[in-house]
Amino acid sequence: MRDSRYWLAEQRGTLLALGIFIVMFVIYTSNHPAGFTANVVQTAANKGVLLAFVAMAQTLVVITAGIDLSVGMIFLLTNCLASWLVVGMPTQTALGVVAVLAVGLVCGAINGAIVIYGRLQPIVATIATGAVYYGIGLLLRPFPGGSVNEDLADALTGRVFGVVPASLVVLLAIVLVIWVPFSRSVLGRAAYAAGSSETAAYMSGVPIRRGKFAAYTLAGLLASIGGLFLTFFTYTGEAAYASGNSYTLFSIAAVVLGGVSLFGGKGSAIGAIFGALAFRTIGDLLFVFDFDPLWQPLFQGVILLVAVSLGAFALFRVRNRLEWFL
Amino acid sequence: MSDMTLAGRMPKFIRRADPAVLTAFACIVVLLLVGSLYSRSFLSPEYLLQQLKVASFLGVIATGMMLVILLGQIDLSVPWSVAAGAMMACAAAAYGPSGVALAIPFGIFCGVLIGIVNGIGVAYLRIPSMIITLATNAVAQGLMVVYTGGFSPQDSATGAMRYLATGFAIPGVPNAVIIWALIGAAMVFVLTRTGFGRAVYGIGNRERAAYLSGIDTRRVVMIAFAASGGLSAFGGVLLAGYASKAAQSMGDAYLLPSIAAVVLGGTSILGGRGSYLGTVAGVILITLLQSILSVMQMPEAGRQIIYGVVIVAMLLLYGRAPASR
Repeated sequence: MRDSRYWLAEQRGTLLALGIFIVMFVIYTSNHPAGFTANVVQTAANKGVLLAFVAMAQTLVVITAGIDLSVGMIFLLTNCLASWLVVGMPTQTALGVVAVLAVGLVCGAINGAIVIYGRLQPIVATIATGAVYYGIGLLLRPFPGGSVNEDLADALTGRVFGVVPASLVVLLAIVLVIWVPFSRSVLGRAAYAAGSSETAAYMSGVPIRRGKFAAYTLAGLLASIGGLFLTFFTYTGEAAYASGNSYTLFSIAAVVLGGVSLFGGKGSAIGAIFGALAFRTIGDLLFVFDFDPLWQPLFQGVILLVAVSLGAFALFRVRNRLEWFL
Repeated sequence: MSDMTLAGRMPKFIRRADPAVLTAFACIVVLLLVGSLYSRSFLSPEYLLQQLKVASFLGVIATGMMLVILLGQIDLSVPWSVAAGAMMACAAAAYGPSGVALAIPFGIFCGVLIGIVNGIGVAYLRIPSMIITLATNAVAQGLMVVYTGGFSPQDSATGAMRYLATGFAIPGVPNAVIIWALIGAAMVFVLTRTGFGRAVYGIGNRERAAYLSGIDTRRVVMIAFAASGGLSAFGGVLLAGYASKAAQSMGDAYLLPSIAAVVLGGTSILGGRGSYLGTVAGVILITLLQSILSVMQMPEAGRQIIYGVVIVAMLLLYGRAPASR
């Protein structure tokens, strides 16, 4: 009994995000002209999965009480790189995929090294590295173009057994292979502990530096998986500054919707995934209700503003006014 | 010991200066020398004055950014505060003579509004500044997209805006430079001679302590964000006057440079430490760097990479947080 209550309290944010997503998705599909069909689900999944990967990446860093404003740019850079490398024969394609993931890993590791060992503020450091990653992406693709192994792309963006979207299967696999082991490992615990209270974690001998470094590095890897999927959907690479920026922004919105605390130490990537899917569905609601697409940026901005303001409710629980100043 | 004797021999003003500010000025000299290797005209007064004029737009925006960074916060809503200021000023100009007269105040007012939303979020709702300013940036972008229909607006800047940005009230000195000098002087006065300035430094060092010593910290933070929004919008107004109209993404090019200018000038990103002289040095440094890169015909990609690398390198030199112990 006590165990289940503890579990419920811990997963409250995730369950809330799941709830919001289900409500939004039901409204969406019941108003969609085609209704709840495999096609509609596949399209929605493909759009949502991109943001879900970037949001997972953001979650890992946010858990350590940091922030990664370069996730969108790593996402773009790996998209541009994949449009060069993930082509040709199966072996070449496989090597290309590995190379793209490795680049994402390195980008994340650079962020981690600068923030942890260079002791710089995550905001400024990742804005700066984001500019560098964007610049490299622009070098790779001054103009939109390139191609991708279309067999692989179609397989990963299609449907398994004609029903389940393949992108969701990949997302599940990534969660099982990366997130679950990480969050249960010593390093994952260290990342949570560092976000919760760095001083206390340090005093207790928790390997906070390694934990945070692993979080930043894996964030780069997850962003590059997102970049890879973007290439699979669009068949091209494009270094669009606005797109990278908006993915960074939306990843923060998704993380907040998913119940991950921006002060660190609380939340899970699974919540962020549902946050991302919910955020995407909210954007699509405008489409089914025939709103002018011009209103979409404003609508998404307002949702973001409301979502981040929800955190202010914690103020009502403050007993001592000095707790305002963390 | 040798360090101390060496410092003892140096003139007083060098000993007292912040090493970061000195480094920034040294970098400016190096950039000027490198630039003069590329082009003879690099050291000519006309060219330098032209650079100063271009720098003054960034200078106005960086002034607001500095105020916020001194508090230990950050303002990521600069891009669309700049664009909103420019667009709204141009939009007001379309409403007859009174609109023309009110164009500049109206543009600044819109920026102040964005800043006030930021301030309420940070000071009263205790939302991390980078998050709430990202959100207001998105909302401002949404509002501007709805207003303009997704295109750059057709309204053009008023004569007064053009005069402020490109005119010469004093022969030989561009008006934009004078405006930057006035704003800079006001900023120095506020930071060093007023209670508000003391409060800003106090909050940047430790907000709890400032609160306990009787400062209404929330009001100070709120005013600082409003000022930052207003100054960003004023920078946008000047830019619109310079280009004689507003454009969709005109502010994007000012977020990273304004943060970089403040931080390169030795202002601690953690707040509480920094001088306006450093910000002036940072602004000139960034502008010269941009200018040299464009003289070298460096493509946009290379510029972004060099920016990022320079900022990280300079921060690693003197912007590091203390080791956790």
